[in-house]
Amino acid sequence: MNAQAVDHADHDDHHHGPAKGWMRWLTTTNHKDIGTLYLWFSLAMFFVGGAMALVIRAELFQPGLQLVAPGFFNQMTTMHALVMIFLALMPAFVGLANWLLPMMIGAPDMALPRMNNWSFWILPFASAMLLATLFVDGGAPAGGWTMYPPLVLQTGAAFPMLIFAVHLLGISSIMGSINIIATIMNMRAPGMTYMKMPLFVWTWFITAYLLIATMPVLAGAVTMLLTDKYFATSFFSAAGGGDPVMFQHIFWFFGHPEVYILILPAFGIVSQIIPTFARKPLFGYSSMVYATASIAFLSFIVWAHHMFTVGLPVEAELFFMFATMLIAVPTGVKVFNWVSTMWQGAMTFETPMLFAIGFVIMFTIGGFSGLMLALTPVDFQYHDTYFVVAHFHYVLVPGAIFSVMAAAYYWIPKWTGNMYDEKLGRFHFWMSTIFVNILFFPQHFVGLAGMPRRIPDYAVQFADFNAISTIGAFGFGLSQLLFAYIMIKTAIGGKKATSEVWEGAEGLEWTLSSPPPYHSFSTQPIIK
Amino acid sequence: MATSTDKQHYFVPDTTIWPFLASVGLTTLLMGFINILNDGGGKFLMLAGAVVLFFTFWRWFGEVIHESEGRIYSSWEDKSFRLGMSWFIFSEVMFFAAFFGALWYARVLSVPWLGGAGEEFETHKWLWNSYQAVWPTNGPANVGGEFNVIGAWGLPLVNTLLLLASGVTVTWAHHALKHNNRKHLIWGLAATVALGFIFLFCQALEYSHAYHGNLTLGSGIYGSTFFMLTGFHGMHVTLGAIILLIVLIRSIRGHFTPKNHFAFEAAAWYWHFVDVVWLGLFIFVYIL
Repeated sequence: MNAQAVDHADHDDHHHGPAKGWMRWLTTTNHKDIGTLYLWFSLAMFFVGGAMALVIRAELFQPGLQLVAPGFFNQMTTMHALVMIFLALMPAFVGLANWLLPMMIGAPDMALPRMNNWSFWILPFASAMLLATLFVDGGAPAGGWTMYPPLVLQTGAAFPMLIFAVHLLGISSIMGSINIIATIMNMRAPGMTYMKMPLFVWTWFITAYLLIATMPVLAGAVTMLLTDKYFATSFFSAAGGGDPVMFQHIFWFFGHPEVYILILPAFGIVSQIIPTFARKPLFGYSSMVYATASIAFLSFIVWAHHMFTVGLPVEAELFFMFATMLIAVPTGVKVFNWVSTMWQGAMTFETPMLFAIGFVIMFTIGGFSGLMLALTPVDFQYHDTYFVVAHFHYVLVPGAIFSVMAAAYYWIPKWTGNMYDEKLGRFHFWMSTIFVNILFFPQHFVGLAGMPRRIPDYAVQFADFNAISTIGAFGFGLSQLLFAYIMIKTAIGGKKATSEVWEGAEGLEWTLSSPPPYHSFSTQPIIK
Repeated sequence: MATSTDKQHYFVPDTTIWPFLASVGLTTLLMGFINILNDGGGKFLMLAGAVVLFFTFWRWFGEVIHESEGRIYSSWEDKSFRLGMSWFIFSEVMFFAAFFGALWYARVLSVPWLGGAGEEFETHKWLWNSYQAVWPTNGPANVGGEFNVIGAWGLPLVNTLLLLASGVTVTWAHHALKHNNRKHLIWGLAATVALGFIFLFCQALEYSHAYHGNLTLGSGIYGSTFFMLTGFHGMHVTLGAIILLIVLIRSIRGHFTPKNHFAFEAAAWYWHFVDVVWLGLFIFVYIL
């Protein structure tokens, strides 16, 4: 058996190391190289999107118009969302999937390595196209990332660039997801049954399904926008028998599963990290799997809760309200499982664990405000206020982004072979956690008091909380420079990590050396 | 299916420049199109992008075909390709679902509401209160002017029969391939490709009738859904026919064996997919 494997090694290109020089990164088919590209790209875009957020917060520091023109403010809110969702967060999760899935399931690489390269290398082009809109006639898109017509149709020369950037990003995501599903279904080591897969693998499996099911729908929606603007169609114009609300339905049919695309991999990460530092197996593994699948299923039948105030029939409002509230059940299962995993565990609080616990607590705050928003009559009050902004930033920043940081600290010793600076890591966690709450918690209050979102000016009674929020934003933004510093420093050098890295870590990736060999498992391990 | 002995070694290709070049080509093509839409000159840019993209795919797929014929792939790699193609077709289904969804939403909900059905929605009450909901419609503003509708039982019926027949011929070719009967394989594929192109010809004819009867892309929601659905379907038929044509050429050159013919099956799956989409179109766009 081994002799056969060695024989193959002699005559295949397969066992070569990386190519030399910078061409390595252009032409690589290796899941680790591609994962690395995704992760650095994502980090860079995190700062681009973050800078836009700081422009928004700086303008909102005081009432009145100080720094930017209202039109540019709107461009910032729109671009901040698009950059953070499509260029920072999604690539971060795909990068983690690339690095980790083959190592976790005992595979030599991803199933379709050339297509894997293409999934990444569409991204920089799509991003350039999207970011270039800032410099064209009429400026960047300013109608909100949700691209509602008829407002979005007033975009200037940026309009077709926005549409085609979304198409390109969709192509990239779909190919990445197809690859992930094919890898999970076809590349598992012998004995690695579905119900033995690590939860990060499970959550990505379901996420990839959501992506393949919904990104084409978004592609269809933006195509209709394009033809409405340039080819005389009437999909979203009542004069021609169409309906602008129809866009919102199609968009949110994509948009709500998209929200779970941004959080399910985070659930997976946290479910990997907590058992390690609690030194106990994950509580309720199979219920975690079923809860994830339930959340995915429900994500397809709740979309209109984003549209409670557009004038839906009351039956629809009731249906979407109850369906939305149902999501709290599987999500609650998850939160209880994480807490039960920690219960009576021999816990230590290294940086990844701190971020994971921070995730559980602060994501749950976002979950609760979500439950409030799910109630139709209550949403009539909250809709389009800062309460909504506070809600989704709690699930996305100390939720999704914290999980990515937890993952980065947890696995970077494996990826690079170097330990990060634990002291600095913890400092980064505490700075981030303190400032993220100063940033977003006051937004609940101004929202409940009626401050509308996406407006550059506001009434004076909101001034104090907005000033606090802005201080939090700059604190949080500066803390992230620390994150970049720690990551770069660890990538360059540091104390050597062992193969296992963490005392309580379980899973195939910890059986490989740190850093792992260029091709993970050339011979598949047998799982008992 | 792959046995454990197949799973000794998975082929991971060496470095490749094609995906990066494909991104360059695709982006150039789109930048050209963007320039055209913004009233600038972009034809040359678009053409250049298309040439790069075509060249890249030609070389990329050529390399994969070469590897396949060199018997580098075992049933393990084969399964990855099959999974990839199946999920790709699923994504295509969802793309069409967006447009079918738009059609159903308009017909079942928004057009009746615009005509005053249900809870007296404001658009009807304040903007178009004399509008009566009918289907087909180009809306209360009579966008694009009066138009003639294409009947289901003329060219569309012929097209349905053409595509159903092509589904039969491609299955015939598949059986021939499995029984190692190359002559029937080639004839079956040739017939399928021919039927595909005849379909496209009939579709072009139908479009010309439509435009003569003033049914255009600008004919309100009816024209929008009619042309976008049939148009995207036609583009997929074109792509499917080109894929089948390449499979036909490869069959003539002696590629594929009764056991190893993923490309053939992928093309056939894709063809059946466009066939099923057409049946949906025939029912919901033409008949109902």
